[in-house]
Amino acid sequence: MAGRMRMRARMSGDVAEVKVLMQHPMETGQRKDSEGKPIPAHYIKEVMATLGDRTVMAAQWGAAISQNPYLSFRIKDAKKGDTVKVSWTDNKGETASTEAKIG
Amino acid sequence: MDAYRRSLLKAVGAATALAAAGMVPLRALAAMSRPEKAFEATDPQGAMTALGDSAAESDQIELETPDIAENGAVVPISVTSKLPKTTRISVLVEKNPNPMSAMFMIPEGTEPFIQTRVKVAETGNIYALVEADGKLYKASSQTKVTLGGCGG
Repeated sequence: MAGRMRMRARMSGDVAEVKVLMQHPMETGQRKDSEGKPIPAHYIKEVMATLGDRTVMAAQWGAAISQNPYLSFRIKDAKKGDTVKVSWTDNKGETASTEAKIG
Repeated sequence: MDAYRRSLLKAVGAATALAAAGMVPLRALAAMSRPEKAFEATDPQGAMTALGDSAAESDQIELETPDIAENGAVVPISVTSKLPKTTRISVLVEKNPNPMSAMFMIPEGTEPFIQTRVKVAETGNIYALVEADGKLYKASSQTKVTLGGCGG
């Protein structure tokens, strides 16, 4: 299951504000299902954001980020029309990525 | 600086050189710098120790968390650092089974700001740990949780 992502990037003054919503269960591995069996951990471990060939943000996550993670960050030295790309990798090796033009 | 951090810096340095030469994808670079020991720690002090030398309290870190969270599963948090040369922002939740929640690497050209949502098991402190100019700084704020974020 490659989760979907939604992203918006727009100039706010001289900074590009990026907002990303990722679809992911973010299971901690500490919950049990209705039959009392542990639900295996399943969470995003790594998030990368690039602008052209430049890395503008990299994150390492644990399972404590909320389900369907939201992330916002701000890029200086960006301009309208530039493309921001964000991708994630979870603890099962699944990945997803999306890109958006700065508006 | 302890041996762990030194070897980490060395590894990151080597990876940066390789990445610059186009030999390893950037994703591998981020993977190399994952502070596993911090993520595995079961108390905030253990996680902070794993991240480096003891952090000094700083009023140059703006940590915004709600005073009261009705739902601990979704607690909005934002961190803004006014410390020059901020390179990393980490978020720790005191009472979670593993307090270390996230580490954000902030390269030059990106504002030292992040906003996200975290799970908070029970009432306690949320910490922002900032690495700036090679030193660690911290700020904390208490969030009261009505309904825990880690239950079934």
